[in-house]
Amino acid sequence: MATAAIDAPAGAGAKRGTLILLALVAVGAVSLLAGARFGLLLAIGLGFGIVLEGLRFGFAGPWRAMLLRRDPAGILAQLLAIALVAVVAFPLLSSHAGELTGAQAPIGFAMVGGAFVFGIAMQIVLGCGSGTLVNAGSGNPVSLVALPFFCIGSFFGALNLVWWTDLGSLPIIVLQGTGGLAVTLGLLALVAVVVLVIAAPGTRRIPTRLIVAAVLMAALALGNLVVAGQPWGVVYGLGLWVAKAATSMGADLSGSAFWAAPGNAARIGQSVLTDVTSLTNFGIIGGAFLVAAWRRGGLSQPLPSLPARAWIATIIAGFLLGYSSRLAFGCNVGAFFSGISTGSLHGWAWFAAGFAGSALGVRLRPHLGLEGRA
Amino acid sequence: MTRKLTAGAALAFILGVIALDVTGAPANPYKAPALLALGSGAVATGGFCGALPK
Repeated sequence: MATAAIDAPAGAGAKRGTLILLALVAVGAVSLLAGARFGLLLAIGLGFGIVLEGLRFGFAGPWRAMLLRRDPAGILAQLLAIALVAVVAFPLLSSHAGELTGAQAPIGFAMVGGAFVFGIAMQIVLGCGSGTLVNAGSGNPVSLVALPFFCIGSFFGALNLVWWTDLGSLPIIVLQGTGGLAVTLGLLALVAVVVLVIAAPGTRRIPTRLIVAAVLMAALALGNLVVAGQPWGVVYGLGLWVAKAATSMGADLSGSAFWAAPGNAARIGQSVLTDVTSLTNFGIIGGAFLVAAWRRGGLSQPLPSLPARAWIATIIAGFLLGYSSRLAFGCNVGAFFSGISTGSLHGWAWFAAGFAGSALGVRLRPHLGLEGRA
Repeated sequence: MTRKLTAGAALAFILGVIALDVTGAPANPYKAPALLALGSGAVATGGFCGALPK
């Protein structure tokens, strides 16, 4: 993500006014074309993009910072955001079962393996599920190249999902109610203590910027839950775009246990402007673009010069991000952030496996030529 | 070349996804669900990355 300061140069008012107007027009247009709920979801997505890019709240970068420099700030902010969501989401899910659903999925061999591979891939391209969208929106060419392959991988991962889950899975285990919330908050606190113990001296604090970002991220995630009836997710929408494209080009998905399932088949035939994760994904890209364009010089950075092997690695890692996140029942957003904050035990398994994969990924990245500069 | 090119391409990417889809499957705002799922009385039916096929 870009790091240029947000300031207010003379003559920038008209440009910034235009950016705000464009965002409002987009939300209004979706509301008119598809309905108010969907316009609101686009607005929530824009909020995610603005917070992620504007306040530099992320997942892959903070994990890298912890692994390489023992800097815990970003991870602590993630844990804070997850805890804030959990405090509100657990009671809501208990009192409004049916209207609201959590990010519940089973732990299994493919799930754990998928999270491990996702952790590797997200450190190679330095972009997770949300990060790839944010970085693409702010003009990062690596994420821009990875994004379409992320989508293709998500489609094929879903296509093969049942085969992978048949390798072996536990029943879905969900922490619920006050007891479940207490266990979740206790585990989050335990992870925070471990991270603080490991952290390098002088780094054991969360900057104000990240505290503000964590609170805003929690508010947006809860907004997503209340408006959509489901937690914040990313990868379903990416695969859906490819399924729609494949179908429009004549592909027959009736033999796919996943894409031919009634709910998914219906969504392939419906407007993308009524798909929850597609709308928030559009918003994340758009919100990151708004921040990058808002900043003085935010889009004037030269593109980096990278060797061919870096682009090949980006394409492969992009595909793996999509494929592995389907097997893992989500990425850092749908499984780690939303899974833990709504009580699914698979979120914790994802965290452990994804972090282990990240430890390998940060070591692979320099060998793939992705540390180049313009 | 600067990030203006790549950020513009990212926007073009999502506009392309929307444009291609709108031509084939128009939404109907008159059949839109309630503004908020919470309190709507309706079962959540959106696609999610953690959901098994159903």
